[in-house]
Amino acid sequence: MSQNNENKPLIEVKNLKKYFKLGPKAILKAVDDVSFTINKGETLGLVGESGCGKTTCGRTVMGLYHATSGEVLFDGVNINDSNAKQKKDFTRKAQIIFQDPYASLNPRMTVGDIIGEGIEIHGLYTGQEKIDKIYHLLELVGLNKEHASRFPHEFSGGQRQRIGIARALAIEPEFIVCDEPISALDVSIQAQVVNLLIKLQRELGLTYLFIAHDLSMVKHISDRVGVMYLGTMVELSSSHDLYAKPLHPYTQALLSAIPIPDPETEKNRKRIMLEGEVPSPINPKPGCRFAARCRYAKPICSEVTPEFKEVEKEHFVACHLF
Amino acid sequence: MDKILEVKNLRVSYHTYAGEVQSVRGIDFYLNKGETLAIVGESGCGKSVTSKAIMKLIQTPPGEIKEGSEILFNGQDVLKMDENALRELRGSDISMIFQDPMTSLNPTMTVGKQISESLVIHRGLSKAEAFEEAVKMLKLVNIPNADKRAKQYPHEFSGGMRQRAMIAIALACNPKILIADEPTTALDVTIQAQIMDLMKDLQDKLGSAVILITHDLGVVADFADRIQVMYSGLIIERGTVNEIFYNPQHPYTWALLKSVPRLTTEHKDTLYSIKGTPPDLLCPPVGCPFAARCEYAMAVCKESMPEDTVLSPTHSVNCWLQHPYAPKVAKPDGIGGTVNESK
Repeated sequence: MSQNNENKPLIEVKNLKKYFKLGPKAILKAVDDVSFTINKGETLGLVGESGCGKTTCGRTVMGLYHATSGEVLFDGVNINDSNAKQKKDFTRKAQIIFQDPYASLNPRMTVGDIIGEGIEIHGLYTGQEKIDKIYHLLELVGLNKEHASRFPHEFSGGQRQRIGIARALAIEPEFIVCDEPISALDVSIQAQVVNLLIKLQRELGLTYLFIAHDLSMVKHISDRVGVMYLGTMVELSSSHDLYAKPLHPYTQALLSAIPIPDPETEKNRKRIMLEGEVPSPINPKPGCRFAARCRYAKPICSEVTPEFKEVEKEHFVACHLF
Repeated sequence: MDKILEVKNLRVSYHTYAGEVQSVRGIDFYLNKGETLAIVGESGCGKSVTSKAIMKLIQTPPGEIKEGSEILFNGQDVLKMDENALRELRGSDISMIFQDPMTSLNPTMTVGKQISESLVIHRGLSKAEAFEEAVKMLKLVNIPNADKRAKQYPHEFSGGMRQRAMIAIALACNPKILIADEPTTALDVTIQAQIMDLMKDLQDKLGSAVILITHDLGVVADFADRIQVMYSGLIIERGTVNEIFYNPQHPYTWALLKSVPRLTTEHKDTLYSIKGTPPDLLCPPVGCPFAARCEYAMAVCKESMPEDTVLSPTHSVNCWLQHPYAPKVAKPDGIGGTVNESK
């Protein structure tokens, strides 16, 4: 929070599109014209239902998918249009923590090798130095150095997620994409991992793109939050504003669906029920993607795609109501 | 109120290469007609095993329901029933919604056929009648174009629709008890809200009692009448929704309630987290299972199991802090609330 006063964007995403061609006429528009920036030391949360393109967005920002069009600038360098050296530099500065702690660690490698792999590729440390670094990382994430010689199957889900975090931190990145790092974990363990992420951000000045569908956790960790719906960004603002005063009808519905762990509040609350489910992102219709489920839809909504514009200070919405 | 289900001293173990894992270690509870009972706890605390045991669905071996356990459904012991009686019970008197709608439907059968299957067996309908009934059930769970959808296969359904189809199967024979094992965990919040609303609606219409198994305290607050908190195979606290949310007594319940971020908590505050991991049930601790992770633990906690302390006809807790000689411990901030005091 403190560092983003500098207001220097570390990541700039401009009109990013990622389409997957499924057949001669079927195009899946996973990410369609999304723009945002992430400042240094900041956490940007990305929320939305499954299939809204948040993971694809995170992966494209990481360069794991090649963008169909649009730009991802990291410190001013376009990652999709850079030479081999720049690419390697980028992979050194950006890392990702995956959703599934069971599938994202190689079962045939020891924890020490998993964490050390990146250090080796980038030639950061060798010999004893490397081993010390691995021990240090394990302790940083709350494990101990005896764990370096063990295999992933010997650990619980929360511990594996810690290994994933240690691996991401190994090459001292500036930017980490956290792709649903806690959804596979138990409530009490979720708190441990989130606390760890916040602590590491404070100590190391990291920048996060935090992708999740748990809205209360996203509010907790993020400085700003973007809401995605069917490949498009519908609202983006500071996390406080977004939760206190959601503007887009979809955001309002999404927030009202969160169950609150308090029986009295829960009984007196009115839910905005969304009819139906998220439509298919294959060959989407023109106009606002949310129009078919929106309570306020007007004729214009299904004809013209609403512009993503700043309605209040630092509060962007793509909706014809504003 | 009439008790429709009573579980007495239920103990379930699994025999593995490493030894005997005592998943459920002697629990007692009951379920009244038409009410919703929530069982909450972390993974591995025995909540799913308990629900399977109620329908005698524990595979033996490796599982084993121990001698002395009793599960009384309308006064009859489920554990002593023969296969025929169990067949009668499962699906028509007690039915279950499983956690994962993706894997619990049969991929090679149309959805309509899967719903009508139990109608043919339990209600003796002809295939055509049962199919018609299945279409009605699909309409009841708000699936559009039900006649067309009934002829489709599960892969043509989305996650939320599959869960609706599961509910339709479970409710087809109008069961007296519905066990919902994490019915919304795999779903998005908006779909979760739809499904929970639907379940509440159907419960009102059909009057079934529900056992809701979940780790989401938000869902519990909205849906349940009573809650029991499980930890390492034991029920450590039980009470009505208001008693558990506004006057919890067990440090583990406090921890569970505190570790969920609320929309009102301050940004980037450290969330409360429970240190360590649950005990290994291969050799469960002698004393209170939570003692090793409990910040209020005393010497006695590690040595012997706390007795059940009754606080109200519905509320009781197993914790040494309730003992008259124990030091008085104040509930941590943010737990409990105004509602309790005004009562």
